[in-house]
Amino acid sequence: MNALLTIESLSAHHGQLPAVRDVSLQVRQGDILALVGANGAGKTTLLRTLAGAHRASGGTVRWDGVDITRMPANERVAEGLALVPEGRRLFAGMTVRENLLVARAAGRRGQWSFDTVLDAFPQLVPKLNAGAGELSGGQQQAVAIGRALMTNPRVLLLDEVSLGLSPLAVRGVYDALRGVMGQGTTLILVEQDLQRVQAVASRIVCMLEGSVVADAPADQLTRAQITAFYFGVQRPDPAPGGGATGSANGEAADDASRAPQAHQTHQTHQAHQAHQTHQAHKEVA
Amino acid sequence: MNLLNQVIQGILLGGYYALLACGLSFMFGVMRIINLAHGSLTVVAAYLLWVLAEPMGWHPLLALLAVVPAMALLGWLLHQLVLERSARLGALVPLLATFGLASVIDNVLFQHFGADTRSLATSIGTLAYDSWELPGGLYVGQLPTLVLVLAIVLLGGLHAMLAHTALGRQIRAASEDADTARLVGVRTGTVFAAASAITMVTVTLAGASLALRATFDPFSGPQQLIFAFEAVIIGGAGSLWGTLLGGVVLGVAQNLGAQVHPQGFLIAGHATFLVILLARLYASGALRRFFSTRRRAAP
Repeated sequence: MNALLTIESLSAHHGQLPAVRDVSLQVRQGDILALVGANGAGKTTLLRTLAGAHRASGGTVRWDGVDITRMPANERVAEGLALVPEGRRLFAGMTVRENLLVARAAGRRGQWSFDTVLDAFPQLVPKLNAGAGELSGGQQQAVAIGRALMTNPRVLLLDEVSLGLSPLAVRGVYDALRGVMGQGTTLILVEQDLQRVQAVASRIVCMLEGSVVADAPADQLTRAQITAFYFGVQRPDPAPGGGATGSANGEAADDASRAPQAHQTHQTHQAHQAHQTHQAHKEVA
Repeated sequence: MNLLNQVIQGILLGGYYALLACGLSFMFGVMRIINLAHGSLTVVAAYLLWVLAEPMGWHPLLALLAVVPAMALLGWLLHQLVLERSARLGALVPLLATFGLASVIDNVLFQHFGADTRSLATSIGTLAYDSWELPGGLYVGQLPTLVLVLAIVLLGGLHAMLAHTALGRQIRAASEDADTARLVGVRTGTVFAAASAITMVTVTLAGASLALRATFDPFSGPQQLIFAFEAVIIGGAGSLWGTLLGGVVLGVAQNLGAQVHPQGFLIAGHATFLVILLARLYASGALRRFFSTRRRAAP
């Protein structure tokens, strides 16, 4: 099957600081791809770059074979690429109904309409005329996902949908997302909860310092392996041709014996990042 | 009874100020841009109407039907060519750009039409000065009443458009968070251009009111801008119904001031504006922050 979304050597910066480095991925129709990695690994920047909310500094993003790297965000939405941003970013001065209806601007027709979104998130029905800023975190997340679904996306990008929510609210959000997956929508989600990632995703991509260090089917990665990639304990095998994709079949890290090493490596990375930041600031100055 | 009469005349004058300020308030509320060319653009609309109605002999209403779409197109172009580009460079750049635009407009009008004052009052027959008599010897001008009603209808229409239409929702979303609006498919550039075109429609109606009820010349723009600005600040920046209230307060203050002293018309309006501005700054804490910063900065 041809890739729906092809990312080739994509890079993105925050000022002088590289946030995404030379990332290459292919996403096919129906994939449930989870991006995992520590804070600052570049997951959110990668999602925002894919959605057109952040400018790529290098590489290309292809959508059904067409280069969309410089395409504005609203045009990507019209093509079927929608982002649920970190922190929900609802229009607080508008009601729940208005937050959902405004996403009709994309003009895409499909299975998702105002009514079907409310079917997927019935907890919003009594809140339709309430201000979006007055809702609980779980309800706000439901509005944010519903708003993105109103654009009838072929690929839905979800950034930390469980962040700041109670376990009950997280369960509610993921129950609703299962319905979305059942409709054949492709998902790329950033999630910190590894247990949930393994339960939901068909494919897991680990990022470290802006690069992809592992990319494998979810059932071929153990939690210990993901944790090892997460902290940089397990590095990608040097692939021929310098590819960024790491080995998913490396020796599993033993939680007990690797934990101190992982901690040490994490500290080393932090020190490395701090040094890079300092250097970049000096360059800017 | 004279006081009541002055208050009524002030309310009617406030209708014109509300109509004048409506576009300024709308543009600030939607795009956070203070358009310093607002008054000059109002005068441009007045001149366009005058050209069609006087030298060309069109009925003023027919002229209005032709000028409204022309000014809406001008608003669209103004956004695409000036406002959007300047807004990208920071909050102060649109101020400078529209200030420069106002100077250009005023001088082009002066070069083309000269310093003569113009008016369309003669084109509408007795409507320009007819009035209704109310009990108690009070008189209400028909044209000022129509302008007040027009202002209320326009503000109500804008409010309804923002609240109940797809374009209104998109304008509010883009105004609140343009980046997120783009992420849900809103074409923010087009939406802001449409808002700018709508603003110019209100400017045209204000220009028509100016031309029908008073005289104007190429340098009337800055004066109109000051009245509009004062009405917006008094009523609360960006609030449409507040603009109506601001216009009425300004009109009543000016009319009452004129009763005290011949120069009191303008002075009372400016004084009311200043008092309300200072009260708003005090209530928001900005005034206290300003003085505490100055105390800290002093050696």
